[in-house]
Amino acid sequence: MSNVALEVRDLVKSFSLDGATIQAVDHVSFQVKSGEFVALVGPSGSGKTTMLSILAALLTPTSGQVLIDGQDLAQMNEKQRVKLRREKIGFTFQSNNLIPYLSARENVEFMLRLNGNLDRAARLRSDELLARLGLAERLHNLPAQMSGGQQQRVAIARALIHNPAVVLADEPTASLDTERAFQVVETFANLIHENERAGIIVTHDLRMCQFVDRVLQMQDGKLVRIYEDKKEILELARGTIH
Amino acid sequence: MKSVSLATYLAVKEVIRNRGRFLLVALVIALITLLVLFIAALGEGLATGNRQYVANLDAQLIVFLEKSDYVITASRLETKTVKSIRRVKGVDDAGAIYTSNTEIVSLAEPLKVSMLGVEPGRPGMPTILEGREFRTGEARETVIDRNVALRSGIQVGDLIEIRSTQGTEDEFFELEVVGLVDGQSYFFQPTIFVPPATWEKIRPQSESELTSDTPFPSIIAVRLVEPSQTDVMSALLMEKVSNIEVTDIETTINNIPGYSAQQGTVQTQGIFTLLIGILVIGGFFQIQILQKVPQIGVLKAIGASNGVVGLSAVMQIILVTALGVGIGGGLTYLFSLGFPPTIPLTFNGERSLIAVILLLLIGPFGGMVSIIYAVRIEPLKALRLG
Repeated sequence: MSNVALEVRDLVKSFSLDGATIQAVDHVSFQVKSGEFVALVGPSGSGKTTMLSILAALLTPTSGQVLIDGQDLAQMNEKQRVKLRREKIGFTFQSNNLIPYLSARENVEFMLRLNGNLDRAARLRSDELLARLGLAERLHNLPAQMSGGQQQRVAIARALIHNPAVVLADEPTASLDTERAFQVVETFANLIHENERAGIIVTHDLRMCQFVDRVLQMQDGKLVRIYEDKKEILELARGTIH
Repeated sequence: MKSVSLATYLAVKEVIRNRGRFLLVALVIALITLLVLFIAALGEGLATGNRQYVANLDAQLIVFLEKSDYVITASRLETKTVKSIRRVKGVDDAGAIYTSNTEIVSLAEPLKVSMLGVEPGRPGMPTILEGREFRTGEARETVIDRNVALRSGIQVGDLIEIRSTQGTEDEFFELEVVGLVDGQSYFFQPTIFVPPATWEKIRPQSESELTSDTPFPSIIAVRLVEPSQTDVMSALLMEKVSNIEVTDIETTINNIPGYSAQQGTVQTQGIFTLLIGILVIGGFFQIQILQKVPQIGVLKAIGASNGVVGLSAVMQIILVTALGVGIGGGLTYLFSLGFPPTIPLTFNGERSLIAVILLLLIGPFGGMVSIIYAVRIEPLKALRLG
């Protein structure tokens, strides 16, 4: 846990709506190191999804800087941002995560194809990762033939297979039952730690925070509190802190 | 190169995994192909049936009666005109052509044919493939075209009987088939050729025409010494010979009654079928892209470029269109084997090739809107993050 994989400096994102300016992200700064798993929490409209979209190079900030692996997103054109997403970022979404006509193995390998790294060794690594996620028997299944939890685990494998600097997860447990949600986030946390990636999970379910190293709490676009103490984080996850 | 390989991978995988849906579209394209190829073949068949004899003439110019507007049925020349034309400098040879219709009745089912009176060895007489040319004078001999032979089974050496209405009576004449020529359809009918004097004797004619024994040619086919000098020779002939108008083969064909209107109708049908194809293919791929918006959003979010997404859509369209056109081509061939020769279908290589190229182009053209739409999808909105 040493290198800074992601750095956000005084980030602002404002939108115009019916003549009024809305500050969706309001002067937010933080860092995430390699091997660190961070949760971004907050009520609806707090700005966490906007923040994730900016971190994923899908949305341009109004001001401030985002550095991924030392590269400033603001200095990049669209083509460079696409390249950055492909090489440096791993992504899992709430739903519609996988390409429906590719099998579990093909979905994971697609990330390697995109980066031109699909060789024999990479294929083995992909199969090992899927096996590690309990999907050894599901390699040839299409997404429609898998449960929501299994699909999320394939998406996690896809997000990690190309060794990105940052892995972003947007409400990955939203469509899962509690037991499967815990399994998915725990596995995710373990892989982030083992592979020394910087992970950020956006969640509205505070119980998931028990698996993270740090919690960033947002409200009205501002970063209002950071939980770093493991004891405090566990209390937050148990619901004793609000 | 990487984009092409990625796009191919995505396109092929999707088509294979959703083969039922894509096969259905390919079958729709196949039916459109079948229709377009049949319309093209029908157009060619009708055109051939109308113009085959005139188009194959060993001549560059056709002489008509003055003010007949180059319409064969409206032209009736003087017998001596052909001699006058042969005397004009620059004319290699000229042959009178006498046109009428008759019916071969010595068959299980009577066959309507064009009966043309032509002079052996002169322009207007087609090349003999089998047997010999008929003798001149009032010889009761005929040369038949291949279409007559195909439809009736008549062979060289056979005797045929024809029926002509002369005055108010039906008259029957027997002719010996002495030769066979290639397909020479005229006015949608297969053709038999007879000497001019025989033609005058056995052709259908009205009561008043029965008193005359002089055959009047409809047109005269003129072969030039210099085949390229059609304009000069056309003007010279009209200057030297009175009461005539002269034109080239192409104009003669276009003035065959109904020819241009018929070809225009068939071509319009073909164009409308292609337009329907564009709409069907465009509609299908647009609906498909709309269904795939989130999926395209994921692809773009994880780093697939617009080039990969767009190219994949193009390849899928090309793949499905090519499959559909291939199936359609095969079906057309199979169907064509079962059609009787009475249906005027001619599968001309050039026309069919143009139709196939147009069909292959309508896919990408029809899918263009959906391709543009796919390229413009914003991942943020597609994933409902924005």
